[in-house]
Amino acid sequence: MSQPAPDALTAGEQLEPVLKVALVGQPNVGKSSVFNDLTGQAQYVSNWPGKTSEPKSGSCDAQGRSVQIIDLPGTYSLGASLAEERMVREFLIRQQPDVVALIVNATALERNLYLLAELLALPVKVVLGLNMVDVAAKQGIVIEPHVLEAALGLSVVPLNASRSQGVDELIQAAVCLAAQPHGYTPNRPEIRSDHRTVLEELQRLIAPYVPAPYPVDWAALKLLEGDRQITELLHPLLGEQWPAVHAILMQHEDAILAIAGGRYEWIGRMMRAGITQPRAGQLTLTDRIDRVATHPVWGMLILVGILGVLFWLTYALGTPLQTWLDVHLVQAGSLWALAQLQAAPPWLAELVANGIIAGVGTVLTLLPVLLIFFSVLGILEDLGYMARAAYVMDRFMHLMGLHGKSFLPLFLGFGCNVPAVMGARSIESPKARLITILVTPLVPCTARLAVLATLAPIFFGAQALWVTWGLVALNLVVLTGVGIVLHEGFLGGEHKAFIMEMPLYQLPNLRTIAASLWQRLVDFMKMAGSIILVVSVLLWALSTFPGGTIQTSFLGLVGQKLEPLGRIMGLDWQMLVALLTSFVRKENTIPTLAVLYGVGTQGAGLGDVLGDRLTQPAALAFLAVQMLFIPCMATLATIRQETRSWRWTALSVALLLGVSLAMGIAIYQGARLVGWK
Amino acid sequence: MLPKHPRPHHTGVESTASTQELPLSQLPAGVTAQVTQVHGGHGLVNRIACLGFTPGAEVKLLQNYGHGPLIALVRGARLALGRGEAEQILVRVLSV
Repeated sequence: MSQPAPDALTAGEQLEPVLKVALVGQPNVGKSSVFNDLTGQAQYVSNWPGKTSEPKSGSCDAQGRSVQIIDLPGTYSLGASLAEERMVREFLIRQQPDVVALIVNATALERNLYLLAELLALPVKVVLGLNMVDVAAKQGIVIEPHVLEAALGLSVVPLNASRSQGVDELIQAAVCLAAQPHGYTPNRPEIRSDHRTVLEELQRLIAPYVPAPYPVDWAALKLLEGDRQITELLHPLLGEQWPAVHAILMQHEDAILAIAGGRYEWIGRMMRAGITQPRAGQLTLTDRIDRVATHPVWGMLILVGILGVLFWLTYALGTPLQTWLDVHLVQAGSLWALAQLQAAPPWLAELVANGIIAGVGTVLTLLPVLLIFFSVLGILEDLGYMARAAYVMDRFMHLMGLHGKSFLPLFLGFGCNVPAVMGARSIESPKARLITILVTPLVPCTARLAVLATLAPIFFGAQALWVTWGLVALNLVVLTGVGIVLHEGFLGGEHKAFIMEMPLYQLPNLRTIAASLWQRLVDFMKMAGSIILVVSVLLWALSTFPGGTIQTSFLGLVGQKLEPLGRIMGLDWQMLVALLTSFVRKENTIPTLAVLYGVGTQGAGLGDVLGDRLTQPAALAFLAVQMLFIPCMATLATIRQETRSWRWTALSVALLLGVSLAMGIAIYQGARLVGWK
Repeated sequence: MLPKHPRPHHTGVESTASTQELPLSQLPAGVTAQVTQVHGGHGLVNRIACLGFTPGAEVKLLQNYGHGPLIALVRGARLALGRGEAEQILVRVLSV
């Protein structure tokens, strides 16, 4: 996706290198809108922190120069506690962009300028983009950019990024700044006088040991702030000097409060002249909406209502479209391919029809559902509602060591696990994100619910409804249990602090939503065209060779080999093979069972055959396993894409395999113990 | 509920014993107060301080139902805080 401006090498411009401009800003400031405007690229614009989780870059031209724009993740400060913060400061220090364009939200200028105070401690040149001036004006906040500019000693450019206003001026200011090596003399925040002496002492002590490219004065300041990363970096390098440095740091353990307080005092001075604030105490529209939207009772009802509409849309529009695509794209495509490939060897025709088209095509039929989910999600995000949903759900999610932000991704899982795993991008803590991704497959998706709804009446007749509810509840109990174990055991240790900005409500910007929707769908399609293609072909081969039928295939043989394991759960090998083929798509369970039991050959339906083959305890065990089993390949591929780790993907498989089989065994053996047959 | 062993190593503004300090979690909604101290582990204090909760900062509670998370207005921005985090921030009431 990144295009490092190759067109810089056209005739006559060889001598001028590409100018690097990094976009920096807190979350919810419209930074990604600025990036989209400058580069014309679709990319996430988020009202919800942590969306831009890796730097994206694009190129543009300004004043005859080729400029590379790097969009850095939104971050409130340049501390070390969050991954985004570390990433931004490492980028600024190591890559040394020519100019940093800091985008700030004019409605929350005081908090936003904190990042400026931190940037000014680094050897970078800054221009300030003042976004959402119009919204601020509506709240009675009057800002005079020229006065602010004079106070700060920086270029200040007013922006209205959602309408593309001021963006060109911002980049021009950046190019001008880069062209003047000596014209940059910003007003920098000063540290309290007693700390200044300490800081000088620290600088003197550490100067010979600070590795390039870290600036010595910045490293000293970060040590004094108690910055964990810099302390861990310098501790081994300082050697004999460490005790002296450590003693100073212990004496000033509270320094961060004084330093942060000092920065806010400086911000107050900078803002005094150029900004007129309305008298505090007046109720904004956001506060009025929040009285209802974040109320423990009304807020919950609103959330339930919104989710109800989302699922109604999915069933009313998404599912019929999915069925239509299945018939007209996958099934018709398979038949068409078989007809076209009549002259080709039979295995090739089979491969194309039943391997590639059936596998990749099935995954593509998920597109309408994803489109609906991501459109609604995009609107809610841009509106500013997502933070409220997280807030309302926070206390429930705390039960499993997660916080409110994990709720929405998990809830999406009831529709389809794929958007749920993708939705976990919005959780900024890497550990909480990982736990959310790992437990997501335990949320029963529509496909698994459909299998359950088909099979439960066959085995349980009138009690089917209770069995269905019971198994869904079992999934949620297991999900909570696994969440608690993961949090307490393997991934614990990180304080699950719930600190989240509640952005102002604003009208959704359709251009932004479309860009984010497009990006997510492209990511999904890329996955379908790569990893899912490979897995589809592989699974087709495993279920075809060497014998030609599923009974005589590798998969069938594996199922037969595993029969002793199945017997502990009361299952025969056909059932095990059905579980294995459900990996392509969860609905496969039913056709596989039909083929393996020879349904239709003796005029008997699936119901007749299955009802005779399994006892009720075995049937219950089978349904429980199928509800808790490894997710479909689309979900697993998404897990791999989002965690960027085969290790975590493998762990997810092992975890679900273990949990589902253990539950199956426990149910069957437990039922036998109490004498249920 | 306060944590069993709060580490009181971050004291910014010296507070006199006579004025009433209380955790932010016990401040009623609609009341404006001034931050006096921030407790807790290094990482948490660092995050909270950067977001504007430094001694001397004015904070107004927008929502506090006595249980669950709360919403505060600090440095011109709205922040949702978990109850556990709000217990680590001590404030003194300025106005009702």
